[in-house]
Amino acid sequence: MSQVAENTGVRRTGSAGDGLRLVSLTKEFANFTAVKSIDLHVPTGSFFALLGPSGCGKTTTLRMVAGLETPTSGQILLGDKDITFEKPYRRPVNTVFQNYALFPHLDIYENVAFGLRRRKAGNVDSEVKEMLELVELTSQARKKPAQLSGGQQQRVALARALINQPEVLLLDEPLGALDLKLRRAMQIEIKRIQTEVGLTFVHVTHDQEEAMTMADTIAVMNQGVIEQMGAPADLYENPKTTFVANFLGQSNLIEGTVKGRDGDFVKVDMHGTLASIPLSRSHTTDGGSDGLGWVGIRPEKVLIADVGEDIDAPGNSIPGGIVTDVSFVGVSTQYLVRMPWGQEMQVFEQNTGRRRIFNTGESVDLSWRPEYAFLLDHSQDADAGVDVVAAP
Amino acid sequence: MNALQRIGRWIGRHLVLAGGIGVLIYMFIPIFVVVLMSFNAPKSRLIYRFDGFTLHNWLNPCQDASMCSAVARSVQIGLLATLAATLLGTLMAFALVRHKFAGRSLANLMIFLPMAAPEIVMGSSLLALFVAAGVGGKLGFWTILIAHIMFCLSFVVVTVRARLAGLDDNLEKAAMDLYATPSQTFWKVTFPLVFPGILGAALLAFSLSFDDFIITNLNAGNTTTFPMYVWGASQRGVPMQVNVVGTVMFVVSVLIVVGNEIHRRRQEKALAAS
Repeated sequence: MSQVAENTGVRRTGSAGDGLRLVSLTKEFANFTAVKSIDLHVPTGSFFALLGPSGCGKTTTLRMVAGLETPTSGQILLGDKDITFEKPYRRPVNTVFQNYALFPHLDIYENVAFGLRRRKAGNVDSEVKEMLELVELTSQARKKPAQLSGGQQQRVALARALINQPEVLLLDEPLGALDLKLRRAMQIEIKRIQTEVGLTFVHVTHDQEEAMTMADTIAVMNQGVIEQMGAPADLYENPKTTFVANFLGQSNLIEGTVKGRDGDFVKVDMHGTLASIPLSRSHTTDGGSDGLGWVGIRPEKVLIADVGEDIDAPGNSIPGGIVTDVSFVGVSTQYLVRMPWGQEMQVFEQNTGRRRIFNTGESVDLSWRPEYAFLLDHSQDADAGVDVVAAP
Repeated sequence: MNALQRIGRWIGRHLVLAGGIGVLIYMFIPIFVVVLMSFNAPKSRLIYRFDGFTLHNWLNPCQDASMCSAVARSVQIGLLATLAATLLGTLMAFALVRHKFAGRSLANLMIFLPMAAPEIVMGSSLLALFVAAGVGGKLGFWTILIAHIMFCLSFVVVTVRARLAGLDDNLEKAAMDLYATPSQTFWKVTFPLVFPGILGAALLAFSLSFDDFIITNLNAGNTTTFPMYVWGASQRGVPMQVNVVGTVMFVVSVLIVVGNEIHRRRQEKALAAS
């Protein structure tokens, strides 16, 4: 397949030195602000995901980059060029639309050729054929979009945008209309194509798994602002806000009194148990005005054991838990454990077969390795990002 | 019980079939009579009865020259009215769907009124207007044309508007995203997609114009269109050539429908084979 990419000559180098840059970009509608002064830098050749729940402003941001919405203020820079108010048909940017928006009156070949023909490019025929080969649709060239399956239409939409070798390719929830199995296959397919053509991809999605699978860098958006930006593993392992902690995977957030810094750690008293959080993972060191903080720990990092049993963690174990729910899901078992202070903690344990499965009503101890915990500012809502309607 | 049920079902099934055929016969008997009478050799002008088979009517359609000139006039008015109404109506539909302007909902409502108003009201008020405007003495081809454009307009707007409202506006955004200028977007994407609606509106406008009697009659002066000729002739005995014209009109519309269907199926077949 890499041979195809070489033949198409799609790889371009250095034409957009700094990639795509958004500077204090803001979009206000009549009665609300969809995007609140966001700053963003997408390096050339990277796969960037804008992740957030429905209505967080991610699609509006994308449309401003495409030129389909006019920003209220701020700038959009592509390389050294300011394209903030450039007409959509003059931007070296192409979009894969959510519902594909294939031209129903044109066949697949003409759909893919559309951009080249508008720009009066040369050898349209050979380029279209190579592109159809890349997305494996050569045999469908003369069909109309309505005769293709969802996954095939998806690939046509991708080919139609890619053939123009845009400096930035925008993908607006491109897999939202596909069923789960096909979506998985297309995630890998799109990632493969991106690696082959080496273009900058900006992918908008509400599906955190999709974003983590595909993107090099994720920006988590919520209510018009970027909550946090970074590599998928960094965001997951070290979230900075309760929204990111809850939206990207699941988290246990335990209230605690911040005792202050101690070397490379921040000490927190969680309902009588002292916890140490590494400084690099503490997003508050003094607990603000009320001296409190949220200690966060991912459910799969929580260790569960019989009362008094030795746990593979250097710190204190938290006693007094009672198992209130057990769900066996094959690869793992998911427990809900009621803690003495009333909170229910989630615990996922791999079913390695070496440890027994606990039953509802049993008393257990919990613990975790300190390097996995994180500390968040207490002024935030602990439920932010939980159960947000994840509709496209 | 079982046998009874079976009989009941048998009757039920065939009742539906018989009923369906009955309704079709009901619908097509008038057309069948028209076709049959176009081959009639009448013994008397006054008795409308099939007296014998002849090709005379088909070989001499313009035996009554005034009938042929009425047909020609109707076709002429129909084509001109269709052209003008389709052009104006399409522009109006685009304005109503695509642009937000003060009074848009009022305009949407007003478009419906000519369709809802009884023709006799429209015709007589138009006549009053023409008289008031001082052209009462010059009623004829042009006043008929103005009247036809007026009542066809609403139907064109409604038909094109429905097509346009059903059009996904992401398609136009996609076109612009793919380097099409606004005019290219219109001619390469919007227009081809709305065209079936415009064509349908034009065919509807033509058939409305061609067979209108009431409004036309009130505003025609001394000019005679085909429906007016048939009306006048029916009081003296209808020449059989009227049935020839009727048959031709029917065959033409059937051909348009069938041709469209064949074209569609062929396309599908060709695509399925590829």
